[in-house]
Amino acid sequence: MTALGALIRRDIRIALRVGGGALIGVLFFLTVVVLMPFAVGPDLALLTRLGPAILWLGALLASLLTLDRLFMADHEDGSLDLILTSRTPLELTCAAKALAHWIAAGLPLVIATPALGLLLNLDMVATGAVALTLLAGTPALTFTGMIGAALAVTLHRGGLLLAVLVLPLSIPVLIFGVAASQAAITGPLTFGAPFSILCALSLVSFVIGPFAAAASLRHGLD
Amino acid sequence: MFSGLDFAVAGGEALAVTGRNGSGKTSLLRLVAGLLAPGGGSIAIEGGDAELTLPEQAHYLGHRDAQKPALSVMENLEFWRDFLGGEAADSADCLDRVGLAHALDLPAAYLSAGQRRRLALARLLAVRRPIWLLDEPTTALDASGQTMFAGLMRDHLDRGGLIIAATHGPLGIAASELRIGGAS
Repeated sequence: MTALGALIRRDIRIALRVGGGALIGVLFFLTVVVLMPFAVGPDLALLTRLGPAILWLGALLASLLTLDRLFMADHEDGSLDLILTSRTPLELTCAAKALAHWIAAGLPLVIATPALGLLLNLDMVATGAVALTLLAGTPALTFTGMIGAALAVTLHRGGLLLAVLVLPLSIPVLIFGVAASQAAITGPLTFGAPFSILCALSLVSFVIGPFAAAASLRHGLD
Repeated sequence: MFSGLDFAVAGGEALAVTGRNGSGKTSLLRLVAGLLAPGGGSIAIEGGDAELTLPEQAHYLGHRDAQKPALSVMENLEFWRDFLGGEAADSADCLDRVGLAHALDLPAAYLSAGQRRRLALARLLAVRRPIWLLDEPTTALDASGQTMFAGLMRDHLDRGGLIIAATHGPLGIAASELRIGGAS
C-alpha cells in the first residue's frame, strides 16, 4: 500500500505543478463551455436544452486531452521500466495511476461544473444533476482511456491513436451521462435508470481497465 | 541478437559486460531485469528470497534516469524508496553519499546530466537490493564521481552484493569480463 500511496501522491503532485496536466484539462473545459453560449446565441431555452450535452462533451474532450501522457511520460524517462519490474502487481499500479489521474484531472471538472452551469442557464437542480453524472461517469472515461494510453505506449504512436481507440469506448458513457442529466431536467425518463447504467459502466471499467492496460504494457515490453 | 551465451556470477562478484556498440549489452541487461523475454534459454537465481523473482531483487539502472523534472531531488528519491519498498535507508544520507546533499530541494529539472546520474545512483542506496544491473553507469560522471561510484560498488560487493555492468570504460573495481558480439 505504501508503494501505491507513493505513486498516487507523486502523480498528483506532478499534475498540479507548473507544466502539469491538471490545469490544461480544466482550462480546456472552461474554454469550450464559455465559448458555447456565444456560438449558440442568446436563446436561453436552447442553451438549457443543450447545457448537459455541452458540459459532458467538454468533460470528455478535456479528459482525453491529458490522458495520453498517463504512461507516455513514465515511458520516456525510464520510470516505466522500474514500475514494470517492481514488486507491486502491475494491475494495481495501473489502477493507482488512473485514480491519481482522475483526482488531478477529472475531479476539478466536476468541481468547476456548478460555476459553468450558470453560463448555460441551468438551474440548481439541473447543475446538480450534471455534476452528479460527471462525478459518476468521468472515472469510466479515465479507466477506459487508460487502455488506450497503454496501447499508445506499446505501439509507439501518440495521441491520435488514443483518440481513435478510446472515443468509441466512451460513447456509452456519454449517452447515459447526458440521458441521466436530461432526465433530471425535463423527463420523461426517471433519473435513476440511466444513472444506474452510468454507474455500472464505471464499475465495469474499474475491473477491465487496469487488467487490459497491464496486459498491454506487459505485452509491449521492449 | 546473441546465442550460446553462458555465464554465472556469484554474490560479492562483479561482471563487466563489454562489446562494441550495438552488440547487445543493453539487451542482455534488460533480459536479466525481466524487461525483455528471452527467445530461448533461461536466467535463474540461486538463493536469495524465494518469494521474489530475480527482477524484484534487482536494481536496474538504465540509460534514462527515471526522474521527474517537476519534483525536487528529495521527492524523486523518496518516491522510488517508497515505491520499490523493502529495506530502506535514510534518503538525506544517500544523497549525501552521492554528493547531492546541497541540492535536496532543487527541482530535478535544474540538475546537470552528471547530477541526474548521481541522483539515479542514490536510488541504488536508498533501497537495498542484492543485485545491481547497471547500464553504462559512469556516463556523465566526472572523475570524482567515478571514484565515489567505485567506492559504492565496492561497499555493495563487500556486503555480498552482485553487480552486472555494461560498460565501455573501466569500472574502477575488480571485475571479470564478459565480451559479447564479435571482435571489434
